[in-house]
Amino acid sequence: MAEIVDAGGGDGKGKKKAKKTPARIDMTPMVDLAFLLLTFFVLAATLAKPKTLEIIYPKKAEDDTTKTKVNFQLATTLLLGEKENEIFYYSGMYKPDSTEIYLTDFSKDGFRKIMLDKNERVNSRVNQLKQLLQEKKIPESQYEDEYKKVVGDSLAPFVVVKTVDKTKYKNVINAIDELNLVNVRKRAIQDMAETEAIAVRQKASELKLDKK
Amino acid sequence: MAKIKVPKSAPSLDMTPMVDLAFLLVTFFMLTAKFRNMEPVEANPPASTSLTQLPENVMLITVDTAGRAFFDISGKGTRTKLLERMMVRYPGVKFNQDQIDQFSVMGTFGQPIEALPGYISAEGDAKEKLDKNSKGIPLDSLNNQLADWIIEGYAAFVEDAQANGMTMDDLKKNGLRYALKADSETDYEKVQKVVDVFRSKEIFQFNMVTNLKGSGDNADAKLTAN
Repeated sequence: MAEIVDAGGGDGKGKKKAKKTPARIDMTPMVDLAFLLLTFFVLAATLAKPKTLEIIYPKKAEDDTTKTKVNFQLATTLLLGEKENEIFYYSGMYKPDSTEIYLTDFSKDGFRKIMLDKNERVNSRVNQLKQLLQEKKIPESQYEDEYKKVVGDSLAPFVVVKTVDKTKYKNVINAIDELNLVNVRKRAIQDMAETEAIAVRQKASELKLDKK
Repeated sequence: MAKIKVPKSAPSLDMTPMVDLAFLLVTFFMLTAKFRNMEPVEANPPASTSLTQLPENVMLITVDTAGRAFFDISGKGTRTKLLERMMVRYPGVKFNQDQIDQFSVMGTFGQPIEALPGYISAEGDAKEKLDKNSKGIPLDSLNNQLADWIIEGYAAFVEDAQANGMTMDDLKKNGLRYALKADSETDYEKVQKVVDVFRSKEIFQFNMVTNLKGSGDNADAKLTAN
């Protein structure tokens, strides 16, 4: 080991005795660092993968004859306006003079509650299936097939999400997410018709939404 | 009676095995960690309750609040083949070998193909400036480069997968997926423009990148749904 030998000025008392005890290094700082790094990498590794929400868009319809015929009694239309809180809905077909549009939101008691009621039949079937799956009475693959059948039922309610150019992307994602939660798989994203856009603007100014 | 002698030295614990383990884990995580490339654009995606993870083989288009489109695709082999295919499609744009190599490991980019060679070679501040001033990948009907990237990206992926011995069945299960990452404040119209480019190429299924909503919110949702 490196040692400075003091040559001059020795008083002749003899060599210093080498210590007999084994060398000990304080490892605490090193261990601290190791654990710090460990924590960092563990967290970074698990947080890295982002989540995704699947959306399937329809094919572009060439003309009106190729469009799917729908039963408007089962329809709910969600209108997403320009502002974040301009979220309206109406049921059935839109008639410019008589259709009333209602304000809603994406909270627990907002649009979710409305759709839970409308989609009750499907939801109770889905919950039955989920229970069967949890009790391991049906395999996962059968659950998925059955689930598709239930949510794709011809009498299941469907939702049209209508947007304007300035609709915030966040609202569209929120809407789709809500529909996933209430098991509405029959849905579409469309552009808002001019008459609907006017109704939204009118209603929004009536309720003074922009002042909030 | 003899008294029991209490040792004077401080109690010491042998930490060696613990430290060994800690370092082993550190080494493991360090080696397995894949560092994300610097993203040229900041897009803060909205939150959702979806738990689907971002697929492995993915083509990712990022849209920022200004509506600029940025392109990214996973797989080094795919990227090399993609650039080769784009060079055939745009013979006027020249890449040297060094640039092709760099492209294969690069992340997201948002440059028109004419500016791409210069962008790949740029570094540091110059690159940042290019990102800032870029108008994104052109996607209007006159000069729809995004559509070319999409279709050639798909072709390059399939070519690379077959070169690696993937069968059609593997491709069905683990094929190329299309992800869209947009800032939550983006106007939907701008996202729709990108979606429409995909739709014109007969691609209809997307994975929208989202953050996970707070677990409390999620639990609420489950309660209500039951």
